[in-house]
Amino acid sequence: MSRRLSEVFLQAKSANRAALIGYLPAGFPTVDASVELMNAMIDAGVDAIEVGLPYSDPLMDGAEIQFAVDLALTTGTTTDVVLDVVGRLDGTRAAVLVMSYWNPIERFGVERFAKHLAAAGGNGVITPDLTPEEAGSWLTATRAHGIDTIFLVAPSSTDDRISTVVKNTSGFVYAASTMGVTGARSQVGAGAQALVARTQMATDLPIAVGLGVSTGAQAHEVAAYADGVIVGSAFIRCIRATPDLPAAICAVRALADELAEGVHR
Amino acid sequence: MPTSESAVTSGHFGPYGGRFVPEALTAALDELDAVFRSAIIDPDFIAQLTQLELSYTGRPSPLTRADRFAVHCGGARVYLKREDLNHTGSHKINNALGQALLTQRMGKTRMIAETGAGQHGVATATAAALLGLECTVFMGEEDTRRQALNVVRMQLLGAEVISVTAGSRTLKDAINEAMRDWVATVERTHYVLGTVTGPAPFPEVVRYFQAVIGREAREQIQLAEGRLPDAVVACVGGGSNAMGLFSGFMDDPSVQLRGYEAGGDGVETGRHAARFAAGSPGVLHGTRTYVMQDEWGQTIPSHSISAGLDYPGVGPEHSWLHDSGRAKYEPVNDDEAMDAFALLSRTEGIIPAIETAHALAGAIRVGRELGSDAVIILNLSGRGDKDVATAARWFGIGAPEGIEMVEGR
Repeated sequence: MSRRLSEVFLQAKSANRAALIGYLPAGFPTVDASVELMNAMIDAGVDAIEVGLPYSDPLMDGAEIQFAVDLALTTGTTTDVVLDVVGRLDGTRAAVLVMSYWNPIERFGVERFAKHLAAAGGNGVITPDLTPEEAGSWLTATRAHGIDTIFLVAPSSTDDRISTVVKNTSGFVYAASTMGVTGARSQVGAGAQALVARTQMATDLPIAVGLGVSTGAQAHEVAAYADGVIVGSAFIRCIRATPDLPAAICAVRALADELAEGVHR
Repeated sequence: MPTSESAVTSGHFGPYGGRFVPEALTAALDELDAVFRSAIIDPDFIAQLTQLELSYTGRPSPLTRADRFAVHCGGARVYLKREDLNHTGSHKINNALGQALLTQRMGKTRMIAETGAGQHGVATATAAALLGLECTVFMGEEDTRRQALNVVRMQLLGAEVISVTAGSRTLKDAINEAMRDWVATVERTHYVLGTVTGPAPFPEVVRYFQAVIGREAREQIQLAEGRLPDAVVACVGGGSNAMGLFSGFMDDPSVQLRGYEAGGDGVETGRHAARFAAGSPGVLHGTRTYVMQDEWGQTIPSHSISAGLDYPGVGPEHSWLHDSGRAKYEPVNDDEAMDAFALLSRTEGIIPAIETAHALAGAIRVGRELGSDAVIILNLSGRGDKDVATAARWFGIGAPEGIEMVEGR
């Protein structure tokens, strides 16, 4: 079992900073390289790794992540492989999460997925297309295996919705900063701060902001009001801009360093 | 057993349906649900919709008895429900106009749509032009080639057509892209989903606007035959034309409901769109339903000569009708569909859409099975103008000198 999310957020808070959560799809650009890249992110101070489970129809993702998961699928990154990747990450220093659309989990078997993920050392799952209303069997299975269930709130969520979502969430609440898909943006959505404030009214859980954060400056801005900062597409973009794995590792480390600096308040 | 009334419990059809979408869309789906439910009990809305159906679409569509075609259907009496005669040439206009009115009711100014064969895109572009709304249509790149004529029609109607190059470049990817647009623009945009699938309440909304097909057909057949049909037959891509026809006979246990999905090159080849014959329950595009998927839950790209049936999912209510046995679904391969396409053209003087040709092949099977006393209604869901280039290539008919075939470029 890798580090618990609750620990990660507590420790960040006591260091007067937000937790930094980095995303990369398993299998991008290859299975082994994705393990090295994610471990490099941990070396550079990422508090939690979000391992993307590649899916054929990622309807919440923008161009960068679509490109990366398409590539990962062509290199044979099945659910088994993703679970193996989870087990190869350095969980002594970071929490390890999986980000997955719902169908691959349902197909693998809800109970079986929770069990295998726990066995591999994973401790939470972000499900971008699952809302609590459809999550009955998922909540039962994850609780039985000590897996946190991270659901999303969005700027369009009513206060009633937020309260339903947070009641079923554990670990942290994922606040989508903007109405849109994943991808680096020049500005983090203006509604993010208001959404975090509304979510804080409904829960004591940590709240992490994702969608559109790509630089240290943006991370710093978000860290002023949120408990965590989630960065995904920016890592993929910097890997794509490098010619080989050693260069990619350097680039990922540099970006993670910059972001880890940024999350200090 | 499913009935017309029991269908929906909070957006579910038995174990199928539901809402598997990013939280960001929940508010928009709740709004659609509320506006839809208030509209369908509002006499002004009903009057507005009925008036459009009458004066713009050209409803009711005729029920045509097809005796020369029926000779090939075991001598059964075969009636064609002529949705091909609607304005824009298919049943898709029924839903597009209904949802366009809902768009106005929600105070939104822009509609987006996915399209496979282009019929739903054309219908939505038409409704947008009529009501003065902006329109963007997402279409897989492969489909923009197969259905070049409809791309031009949409552009002439003032719609923006976005060619989708992601994934398999067909209908499934067009839906992904439309969803991505919708999440980012939902405040002023309504997503006019074209078939009875997607997150709740879409399957119910689209069925409601297509139910006019079944209502009319039920009245018309009783006038013509003095009794109900023995079977009603339709092709099933997402399944909106089928659900429209079936819904008129759902509570009549004596009426068999028969749906025909695309068998492509043959189910055994793996190149097909036969969700019931070769798929399994899963979640795709916001709903739980039968899906073509591999052992890991990744969607398997579908294949069919018909762009409109080339989809790896199906409406969730069909999945329920399938499991309960109320409706029966079978695949029809490309070659059998194209034989039926030629047969109807030559026996009745009606060139059908290739989608519809799958239902025609089904009617031939059902007629032979039920015999000459049987009465069958087939939903002639669309006309075949858009498919002329595909058919010409299939049958090896050369274009006369000086006439260019546009398909394939």
